[in-house]
Amino acid sequence: MAAALPHGALPGDTTHRPGQHTWMHTLVRWMFISVSLTFLAAVLLAPLATVFVMALAKGVSAYLNVFSDPDTLAAIRLTLITALVVVPTNTVFGLAAAWAIAKFEFRGKSILITLIDLPLAVSPVIAGMVFVLLFGLHGWFGAWLQEHDISIVFALPGIMLATMFVTFPYVARELIPLMQQLGNDEEEAAITLGAGGWMTFFRVTLPKVRWGLVYGMILCNARAMGEFGAVSVVSGHIRGFTNTMPLHIEILYNEYNFVGAFAVASLLTLLALLTLVVKTLVERTGYRRR
Amino acid sequence: MSFSKPSVLPGFGLTFGFTTFFLSAIVLLPLAALVLAAASMHWKDFLDVVLSARALGSYKLSFGASLLAASINLVFGFILAWTLVRYEFPGRKIIDALIDMPFALPTAVSGIALTTVFAQNGWIGRYLEPLGIKVDYTWLGVTLALTLISMPFAVRAVQPALLEVQRELEDAAETLGAGRLYVFRRIILPTVLPALLTGFTLAFARAVGEYGSVIFIAGNLPMKTEITPLLIVIHLEEFDYKGAAALGVVMLAISFVMLLTINLLQAWGRRRHVRVAR
Repeated sequence: MAAALPHGALPGDTTHRPGQHTWMHTLVRWMFISVSLTFLAAVLLAPLATVFVMALAKGVSAYLNVFSDPDTLAAIRLTLITALVVVPTNTVFGLAAAWAIAKFEFRGKSILITLIDLPLAVSPVIAGMVFVLLFGLHGWFGAWLQEHDISIVFALPGIMLATMFVTFPYVARELIPLMQQLGNDEEEAAITLGAGGWMTFFRVTLPKVRWGLVYGMILCNARAMGEFGAVSVVSGHIRGFTNTMPLHIEILYNEYNFVGAFAVASLLTLLALLTLVVKTLVERTGYRRR
Repeated sequence: MSFSKPSVLPGFGLTFGFTTFFLSAIVLLPLAALVLAAASMHWKDFLDVVLSARALGSYKLSFGASLLAASINLVFGFILAWTLVRYEFPGRKIIDALIDMPFALPTAVSGIALTTVFAQNGWIGRYLEPLGIKVDYTWLGVTLALTLISMPFAVRAVQPALLEVQRELEDAAETLGAGRLYVFRRIILPTVLPALLTGFTLAFARAVGEYGSVIFIAGNLPMKTEITPLLIVIHLEEFDYKGAAALGVVMLAISFVMLLTINLLQAWGRRRHVRVAR
């Protein structure tokens, strides 16, 4: 390929790399960009645009009407409550796990890290099913729970447990490498100078890892509010009671209420866009994924 | 704790204890319950469920479509990563941020949106129909949904590896008369190969377990467009917990193999990287 040979560019000159200004290079560059954009437009941008077009297909008032339906409001409330419980719980877990793993040396550490990541590799359907096997009517504790009139499956606790399972690693896997990379010197200095453990954590460690924490929490929140498979298995789909937003979308869609389904979907899409914006802003502060 | 090294920092007992307790309660014990539920079956009943014609049909679709989706992402993931790393064009940063959209977008939303776009009267589906290509309610739709949701894994695995490629080596090779294809084959590909394979495996692992986005576009016909996770849900809805557990264990075993493969690939990539860096 003669076209790729250098055309008088000086070595080390980064703006004029060899082969930068040949027709071959321009062609390849143009091809790569157009293939990338076409692929993204077809599988990503078209579906995203569809959500809003379908939601507004019958006008703004029909769109807003969807949110006066009590079942829709109940679904939104349930999703918010679930996220409000799950995200803080998994954040506390993530902080504890990162402290134990990044600050100390112990045997079996790599096994522990692998086990924390395990829910990412498990199908969401399995994440929901394990709680049905434990707490369902025909499950291990089913009879006992029924005797004591406690419902976990087809009720709020089951939805929370399943959501907790699928979002389990999100904060921890962000904080563990970050804390490992930042090291222990400052914490050791604080302790040596007489600060207590909690004070060291809140005044030294937490400010250091705050962007990683925000990053993990928003991803955890996005997944918690959007989880479908795991929640679908444990929820029982009781309208107005155990329907989260994604499940409500399914019900409306299957009833051919497309405006309703896509209106609820548009809220979750806006949430996803917001998540990406916050994520990009956090990355701008210099915090980067591994 | 005798198995840990002494440190001046406090809180090991508390944080390690809480971590292992919470991990056991939320993840490990529930998964153990699944394995035990399947283990309590007679092995013949287990095999009847796991090797039934309907289950085999679902594996064929789940694995076939996931392999295809991961392969598509191997190609397009590389192209996307290359475009984002090597070229400057208007909107590059926005595109880069949008790559993570399938991570953030709930799967039910991707499911109904894809189905609408690729239905016979949809924006893209209407141009495919005259060509005789039907996407919704076929294996093609399943593959499409799996391609979308696993796309970020492939791109994000390859991107950092492409940044690592030493441009000086490329320049040197070209100065010595090597063509672009030769440079690609001998310098770029060897550097990014572990990342490409990691991305492929991550995409495949995610695709095999996917449920939400697929069930809307698949049509869910037994033996034809029924994925394994859906078959598990159907067993659960019929209160056949053992049957569901048996299929669940098969999928869990596959997840473990995937996890192991990913770890081995990443270790290989690190070793290679060290060698290249020297």
